[in-house]
Amino acid sequence: MRAIIHSLLLASWLFPCAAFADWGLNMPPGVTEISQAVFDLHMTIFWICVAIGVLVFSIMLWSIIHHRKSRGAKAHNFHENTLVEILWTVIPFFILVGMAVPATATLVKMYSTSDADIDIKVTGYQWKWRYEYLGEDLDFFSSLSTPREQINNSEEKSENYLLEVDNPLVIPVGKKVRFLFTANDVIHSWWVPAFAVKKDAIPGFINESWTVVNEPGIYRGQCAELCGKDHGFMPIVVEVKAEADYQQWLADAKAAKQTASDAATQDWSMEQLMAKGEQVYNTACAVCHQANGEGLPGVFPGLKGSAIALGDPAAHIDVVVNGKAGTAMQAFRDQLSAVELAAVITYERNAWGNNVGDMVTPAQIAAEKQ
Amino acid sequence: MSSEAYYVPSQSRWPILASIALFLLAYGAGSMINGLSSEESGSGGMILLAGAVLMALILIGWFGNVINESMSGLYSEQMDRSFRWGMSWFIFSEVMFFAAFFGTLFYVRTLAVPWLGGEGEKGVSNMLWEGFQAQWPLMTTPDMEQFPGPQQVIDPWHLPLLNTVLLVASSFTVTVAHKALKNNSRNNIVLWLAVTVMLAGAFLFFQAAEYIEAYEELGLTLHAGIYGATFFVLTGFHGLHVTLGTFMLLVIWLRVLRGHFEPENHFGFEAVAWYWHFVDVVWIGLFLFVYIL
Amino acid sequence: MTTLKHSVEAEHHHGPAKGLSRWFYTTNHKDIGSMYLWFSFAMFLTGGCMALMIRAELFQPGLQLIQPDFFNQMTTMHGLIMVFGAVMPAFVGLANWMIPMMIGAPDMALPRMNNWSFWILPFAFAMMLSTLFMAGGAPNFGWTFYAPLSTTYAPPSVTFFIFAVHMMGISSIMGAINIIATILNLRAPGMTMMKLPLFVWTWLITAFLLIAVMPVLAGVVTMMLMDIHFGTSFFNAAGGGDPVLFQHVFWFFGHPEVYIMILPAFGIVSEIIPTFARKRLFGYASMVYATASIAFLSFIVWAHHMFTVGMPLVGEVFFMFSTMLIAVPTGVKVFNWVATMFRGSMTFETPMLFALAFVVLFTIGGFSGLMLAIAPADFQYHDTYFVVAHFHYVLVPGAVFSIMAGAYYWLPKWTGNMYSEALGKWHFWLSFVGVNITFFPMHFIGLAGMPRRIPDYALQFADFNAIASVGAFIFGFSQLLFLYIVIRCIRGGDKATDEVWEDPEGLEWTVASPAPYHTFSEPPLVK
Ligand code: HEA
Ligand code: HEA
Ligand code: HEC
Ligand code: CUA
Ligand SMILES: [Cu+2]
Repeated sequence: MRAIIHSLLLASWLFPCAAFADWGLNMPPGVTEISQAVFDLHMTIFWICVAIGVLVFSIMLWSIIHHRKSRGAKAHNFHENTLVEILWTVIPFFILVGMAVPATATLVKMYSTSDADIDIKVTGYQWKWRYEYLGEDLDFFSSLSTPREQINNSEEKSENYLLEVDNPLVIPVGKKVRFLFTANDVIHSWWVPAFAVKKDAIPGFINESWTVVNEPGIYRGQCAELCGKDHGFMPIVVEVKAEADYQQWLADAKAAKQTASDAATQDWSMEQLMAKGEQVYNTACAVCHQANGEGLPGVFPGLKGSAIALGDPAAHIDVVVNGKAGTAMQAFRDQLSAVELAAVITYERNAWGNNVGDMVTPAQIAAEKQ
Repeated sequence: MSSEAYYVPSQSRWPILASIALFLLAYGAGSMINGLSSEESGSGGMILLAGAVLMALILIGWFGNVINESMSGLYSEQMDRSFRWGMSWFIFSEVMFFAAFFGTLFYVRTLAVPWLGGEGEKGVSNMLWEGFQAQWPLMTTPDMEQFPGPQQVIDPWHLPLLNTVLLVASSFTVTVAHKALKNNSRNNIVLWLAVTVMLAGAFLFFQAAEYIEAYEELGLTLHAGIYGATFFVLTGFHGLHVTLGTFMLLVIWLRVLRGHFEPENHFGFEAVAWYWHFVDVVWIGLFLFVYIL
Repeated sequence: MTTLKHSVEAEHHHGPAKGLSRWFYTTNHKDIGSMYLWFSFAMFLTGGCMALMIRAELFQPGLQLIQPDFFNQMTTMHGLIMVFGAVMPAFVGLANWMIPMMIGAPDMALPRMNNWSFWILPFAFAMMLSTLFMAGGAPNFGWTFYAPLSTTYAPPSVTFFIFAVHMMGISSIMGAINIIATILNLRAPGMTMMKLPLFVWTWLITAFLLIAVMPVLAGVVTMMLMDIHFGTSFFNAAGGGDPVLFQHVFWFFGHPEVYIMILPAFGIVSEIIPTFARKRLFGYASMVYATASIAFLSFIVWAHHMFTVGMPLVGEVFFMFSTMLIAVPTGVKVFNWVATMFRGSMTFETPMLFALAFVVLFTIGGFSGLMLAIAPADFQYHDTYFVVAHFHYVLVPGAVFSIMAGAYYWLPKWTGNMYSEALGKWHFWLSFVGVNITFFPMHFIGLAGMPRRIPDYALQFADFNAIASVGAFIFGFSQLLFLYIVIRCIRGGDKATDEVWEDPEGLEWTVASPAPYHTFSEPPLVK
């Protein structure tokens, strides 16, 4: 009888653990040395806890079954025993020491950020990430690319629902990459489970972390610190490429940036600007000011019929380009190109019945940006 | 000290009234403060005032009850101990309140400001604030446009030193008054309490002068970055406690004039004295860590 | 002595006053205890409804019922209401009812202040809930309200939130002072400290924690207020402050706060298990020392909530070690409970069922806590549903189950009637199953990588979220049964004996059931 109970008990503990490896519901072991170490640590503590749990709960269950009044059990009289009390204070203590040693070793490794091959500054914004490759002339924003329709259930959800971005971070395989985390507004936290890197991005301060990824691939993560309304919608995607592919990508990305700035010298018609503006508005502004331009009362001002959108274009340009310090309205000077800025401002002045009729040109923006 | 059993007061309407008053105070203050930044004029100030007046009346009534009960001998020695425990733990809670602000001061001085200035383990942060250097007092803040640092800070060896002397002296005079009470020399109690109150008043006066100087001449304001913030929050809350303590001293002074308190039964007096010593000790901490060091 | 008659004795004969004034003006610890308990239950339903709103939205991926900003408000209010409105007042209510009876005191030490402590709460929560109707909405920055999301980027209602927190703080501090004064000063002759029932001991230490940390909370919200409205820069690097400073001060309060929510639970369970095991509590003295050690350690572990903020390495290591140490005294408690059951003569009435479930499920929550304490591993767990699973295990089948156990245990003493044992068992089993269906899967989705505080999630988390949501509704609606059982018990039922249970220990069982309005106007003699 007792043996059966024990084996059942053990099985009920083991079953979920064995199973969740198959269902992919345990922590992923990840693709870096550190993430492996963390995974091992996790499993070690887990099994120690399971073992202690099995022991404690078995004794308890045994008493519940055997020492019940309905079975005629008579209560014994002991209520103290110095020896066992000392033992069950000291033994757990040493178990803990056993856990603390590998944990500390892993921690020390995680903290050694020196000798990196590449430095990338990661800045959290409400609600997107900015990646600056220090020492390279490359700097871009990365935001959610899942369409609103999927979120609002009017479209089938894609495979990487909420875990996809427009511009992923790209790093080379096998190189030590140092991240410098900071934030523009509130605290965010950059987390990619496969690397076991999770570090808060704190406005005004820089936190460091590092990784060496050994397998090329696409790795996904999410912002892990509540950062306002769209905290759930600022994923992270990292593409790890072989060295050659990485160099190619680097060159392409720099070239694309050049094309974008060339576009500013082109002539743009009202229709073109409005069309582009709508697109930019929906990706960059609608999260706060809403697609219908009405904002969220008390939190984000509406732009439909607002004094600024109907008034002097200079003031309007100023607030979009430079943002408003100390509010959620961030500066878009680095986030959007001159064309995009011109387009989105033109759009705001002429959409939703704001028919001001004037047009803001990329040249005007370029002047403001000086 | 006559009755043997513990005194349990019968029903009282003070607690619920005091809750209402507290609610009005909080709600009024909230509306008023929110009105400040949105430039709306609301009824916040009026509600706040109503709450304050109501609270004052309640406290007078409530303490009045307690005093009457005490004078009519309803309280036992055990009751007296309850009051003592109550007051001691209340003072402990006040200590912890100040501990939060002192902790803040130590944290920014030893960690945050050096990090921002490029020292220590998070010194890379200086990348974001090029040219910023850690110093204390923090005269130049990381972002001088948003938080223009002070031009100058208070010299500890003028008003603050004087204030230290005043407050320490007042701790002595209140002890002298207490001794007098134990010896039942009523005139001396009245005298020394009056001196204490005057010292307290002088302290508050100089503190106010210091604040005016800070704002008008030194550029040391709440807005002047973390030095100003910690300076005003610490000295400000201390000042509020001195004000409260002064009121309490005044009240017991008036009670002494009315012939309250007996040589061996005067917990009200002692409570105020304890509080006063606590305020004094906090000041010593301030003088050391805010002004001198 | 004549005047004394006027106060205590006179009322003794009259009993409670009639009508509403009884509740508004009362100075009686039992009335105040009842008010605390009812208030707590109302808040439990309110916070629970918010939890159900969260769970309903998370039933499926995609946004169905509520928008992200409102979701954040629900998360925030749920956490705050459950912590400050449901669990803490429930324990204070139990303390009010039981401590004077357990130590042979006529009432609480400072009865009028006691009533004030209570009556501040409804007003504080009225103010807090009113923020839901303000422009810009209620606080939406989580119950931990990290700056600068809660300062520069907060909705205007944050000002009222701050003042509501101040009011709760005042209430808690006064309540705690009262409890300490009562325990230290009003014990019956012969009731030495080492004879105190454990519920009293744990509350003594809890009250100390409250007085030590509530003022710190008041301090930190005050700094927030100053940053928002008076131009200071405590939590703003531009002026030399630090957003992380907020977290340090908050968690200096916050971690002891979570033990404030569990120590009285330990006390309750330590009362119940011996009664139904018919055996004295094993290791009384070590229980007391363990409680004190937990309280002491709770002051030096706070930054385990902040492993990812980028603390210097030494800090990280220090907080990891100190946190792990808490497993030792907590283990002592668990082992003592098990040793109490061992070779006892057990029966399984509803309070015992809840207490046993407490021991098992709290321990599971403690294990996940220990895993979180391992800093490198916490980099993976932090801010995921694994944390949510951890703290709901210690709070719901921990704190809340202990409150229910206590309620069933003492209900006959309070009302003079037995509750329905059959319904009680139904309540227990529904709750037990419901709670596990709700919170166990959260371990899995957390490890698989689902962050907390999100209104929508990636597809791989869908199945377990659906299960958790179903569990939440089962658990939630079972609580209506509890309400019914309690009301029925107040209305009538089998008469309870004075002892209620078989030979329980403690002074509370020496007075009549229902306990007379004034107990122990003559102090009992404790041998
Ligand atoms: C009642 C409330 C309560 C209790 C009792 C606990 C108990 C513990 N908690 Fe928990 N905790 C919370 C409430 C609570 N916690 C809350 C609300 C949060 C989240 C806050 C937020 O962010 O919103 C949190 C978060 C939290 C974190 C931060 C996680 C993160 O955000 O990344 C950590 C990290 O260390 C932690 C650790 C612990 C530990 C080590 C214990 C220990 O006390 C547990 C000790 C018990 C045992 C270990 C089991 C019994 C022991 C034995 C059987 C002995 C033998 C065992 C061994 C030797 C292993 N908790
Ligand atoms: C003691 C504290 C406590 C308690 C008891 C609970 C109880 C519950 N909690 Fe939680 N919870 C917290 C403390 C608590 N919680 C905290 C501190 C947080 C963190 C907040 C933050 O991130 O800032 C949190 C966060 C939290 C989350 C994460 C939210 C997020 O990250 O976005 C979730 C999600 O499932 C959740 C669910 C639940 C559920 C289903 C219950 C259930 O147990 C609730 C069951 C009760 C009921 C359902 C009420 C019963 C009543 C009815 C159903 C009838 C209604 C009828 C009438 C009104 C007449 N809670
Ligand atoms: C993260 C949120 C957020 C995003 C994204 C955002 N805004 Fe704003 N915006 C705000 C907030 C908040 C304000 C109000 C600032 C204040 O308090 O004055 C604001 C103000 C404005 C104003 C001034 C309105 C007025 O009436 O004062 C304009 C114009 C504006 N935003 C345009 C834009 C444009 C164009 C974009 C995108 C390119 C954009 N915003 C993206 C939050 C945002
Ligand atoms: Cu960014 Cu959460
Ligand atoms: Cu903690």
